[in-house]
Amino acid sequence: MIPELGNFALALAVSLAFVQAVIGIWAAHRRDMRLMAATPGLAVGQLLALIGAALALVYASVHDDFSVINVAENSAIAKPLLYKITGTWGNHEGSILLWGLILGICGGLVAAFGRNLPSALRSRVLGVLGGTSAGFLLFCLTTSNPFLRDFPAPHDGRGMNPLLQDPGLAFHPPILYMGYVGFAVPFAFAVAALLEGRIDAAWGRWVRPWALTSWCFLTCGIAMGSWWAYYELGWGGYWFWDPVENASLMPWLTGTALVHSAIVVEKRESLKIWTVLLAIGTFSLSLSGTFLVRSGILNSVHAFANDPARGIFILGLLGLVIGGALLLFALRAPLLKSGGVFAPVSREGALVLNNILLCSICAVVIVGTMYPPFADLLLGQKISVGAPFFNATVLPLAIPVFAAMAVGPLLPWKRGRLWPLVVHAWWAALAATIVAGVCAIGMKVLPALAFGAATWLILGSFAEVVERTLLFRAPVANSVRRARGLPVAVLGAAIAHAGMGVTIAGIAGMSLASNKIVEAKPGETFSVGGYQWTLLSVQNGEGSNYTSRIANIEVMKNGVPYAIMHPSRRNFVSQGQTTSDVAIRTNLMQDLYAVLGDEKGDSAVLRLHVNPLAPWIWLGAVVMAAGGALSLADRRLRVGAPSRLRNVVPA
Amino acid sequence: MSASGAYAAAVLRRRLLMLAPLGVAVAGGAAFWTMLNRMQVGKFDPHDIGNPMLGKPIPDFNLPGLGSAAGFSSADLRAAAAKQPVVLNFFASYCIPCAEEAEMLDALKQQGVQIWGIAWEDDPAKTADFLSRYGNPFTRVASDRSGTTFINFGLYGVPESFVIGSTGHIAWHLAGPISPEIAEKGLFPALRRATS
Repeated sequence: MIPELGNFALALAVSLAFVQAVIGIWAAHRRDMRLMAATPGLAVGQLLALIGAALALVYASVHDDFSVINVAENSAIAKPLLYKITGTWGNHEGSILLWGLILGICGGLVAAFGRNLPSALRSRVLGVLGGTSAGFLLFCLTTSNPFLRDFPAPHDGRGMNPLLQDPGLAFHPPILYMGYVGFAVPFAFAVAALLEGRIDAAWGRWVRPWALTSWCFLTCGIAMGSWWAYYELGWGGYWFWDPVENASLMPWLTGTALVHSAIVVEKRESLKIWTVLLAIGTFSLSLSGTFLVRSGILNSVHAFANDPARGIFILGLLGLVIGGALLLFALRAPLLKSGGVFAPVSREGALVLNNILLCSICAVVIVGTMYPPFADLLLGQKISVGAPFFNATVLPLAIPVFAAMAVGPLLPWKRGRLWPLVVHAWWAALAATIVAGVCAIGMKVLPALAFGAATWLILGSFAEVVERTLLFRAPVANSVRRARGLPVAVLGAAIAHAGMGVTIAGIAGMSLASNKIVEAKPGETFSVGGYQWTLLSVQNGEGSNYTSRIANIEVMKNGVPYAIMHPSRRNFVSQGQTTSDVAIRTNLMQDLYAVLGDEKGDSAVLRLHVNPLAPWIWLGAVVMAAGGALSLADRRLRVGAPSRLRNVVPA
Repeated sequence: MSASGAYAAAVLRRRLLMLAPLGVAVAGGAAFWTMLNRMQVGKFDPHDIGNPMLGKPIPDFNLPGLGSAAGFSSADLRAAAAKQPVVLNFFASYCIPCAEEAEMLDALKQQGVQIWGIAWEDDPAKTADFLSRYGNPFTRVASDRSGTTFINFGLYGVPESFVIGSTGHIAWHLAGPISPEIAEKGLFPALRRATS
């Protein structure tokens, strides 16, 4: 009964989304105030229907209703409750429903918080969101329906992929999708602006918070995915340039560019056409990324059910959404009026440079990811593009980004000079040079340079804050007063930029990692990365739906006990699959990382790694997202927020 | 050119520029559509890495064995394949998928498949150690320390396997470890074809 209600709710959501699309765009076109006023209600209704559908699926999964095919194929009685809930979005059908739900939430939020938008713009934005939503919900309902039944029902389900039974991955899809799907809102604003034929500073002010929020989620989502690969796959790496990873990196790169170019639209009414194209492009990449990886075209270790038939439907949908938006862009963008002019050396100029470089990196990643299937199709050649290509091409483009992003915010709008940058940021450059120089003594050139770049970014990012608070130059009290008056967005930008530096330091540290694969008998000791690792024993263990072999490893440093680690191998009985559970001991400055491999007789294969600064990679991403979130809290972003009264006398 | 002509040309250029993103998207979409259609009828498989040597005679080589044991040459391989098709497996002691594949190769040997092995860029002592640990399914083993033979065979990595037919041509190729499913659907049919 409940799954049928879910199915009905899903169908209802599709209908409401269609109506929302038609009414939203028609009413704005006809300037019909009454119809325009109806769109927010439709968006909220669609959201409620989608919540109902999602809850119905969770209900079926929690109550082990194996007559629902989706539950039977992905769940089992013995599965822990948490994974029964999160497992609903761990499979193709459920993840499409989650995708639709998040798009519904975006629509609901625009409806709820968009009261101060001009009603025609709001109506069009909701119309575009509704249209997009309708297409993908229809895809969910017709080709990927999670509520399909099968009678007679099996007694137990097949259980989920054991690799997915992990708390980190359980919450990875919602966060990643919030990033992907969130970019639907800037997309909708862009299309609405093209329909209207008008873009102004207010448009930039509305778009930026949405882009920034999505960017924060996407940053966290990518970091979580990378972290999961690090501790769950047990390969000792954190980024594999795999098509699925690249699919999330591409919208992140253009999304980062969008967040920056929207500032120029907002402050200077310049770069309008470019920003509209970025908004369309970012969502297009999000869409292509999430959906093309499921079509089986791209070769990936992260497997989703591949089905070329579904792929055709998705491709048609993508063609409609992306092609429609770009056609509109081709027709209407030449009519948009551009505003303020600026000199090459200026804040705008720096942001243009940022955009060019980020988009170039994105283009390189697209080429690397798409080249193998295209070469196969057009030239009949089998080619694989791997990490060496990406490292060799992304790095030269990333270096100028790092160099510019620390000092870019120091430049004034319209016209600036380079000399003041030297005056204000010399200390960061000096520190970076010293760090790189000291590092170069003990290590290779590239990691040393990377540590220098990290120092430059972490310190240089705060050059604007130091400059604006007159730190070390004015009395402390004066600086504190100035710091209080500093716009939160300035601090947010500095923190986000510094976060990138933290991540680079982590990546540089990881490049110095040491590891060893050993075949160990109990009692044998090995030396890796300055630690002595002794295999004490290997014993049996048992979890709720798996059995395991657990190794006990004692780690000593200079004869002093440092840690006891328990890497294990889990054997999931119902799937006949084995996963390795990595043991990680971190002190935030480095990770000790141990993996238990195959056992042969009384000896076991162990992989032992020492990864300096590894946690910084993900810590940096969290700092970046925190900077973005702080910037969102800036009251200047809240349109129509009344200005704060000064010198209010308490009553 | 008149001023208005130059202006019109500039407008046209601008319009064409704005059309470019759509053009890129349409071209990409058309390519993806072709790929998906061909995938459905089995004419396109992006997961197949392929091998440039497929269907060609095996390249010439003469490799030493492990330690004092004899290796084998391309002539030995051709002579053996003339009697019974040979599965030629490239492996290495440091390769984890190779260790996983060992059990499957052993099972194939039990079923009477003739398997020859070449260790790629590996210390012969370590190779011998690997074979004693995971079992030796190979009729003959050779060591390609320089990696030249590996390159001549057009390999991407280890493990990779070939079927050498009675004419000394490469009849089948697989990059990655042999699984029971692949053996059933790919290897056995290839061996049957190579025999007849």
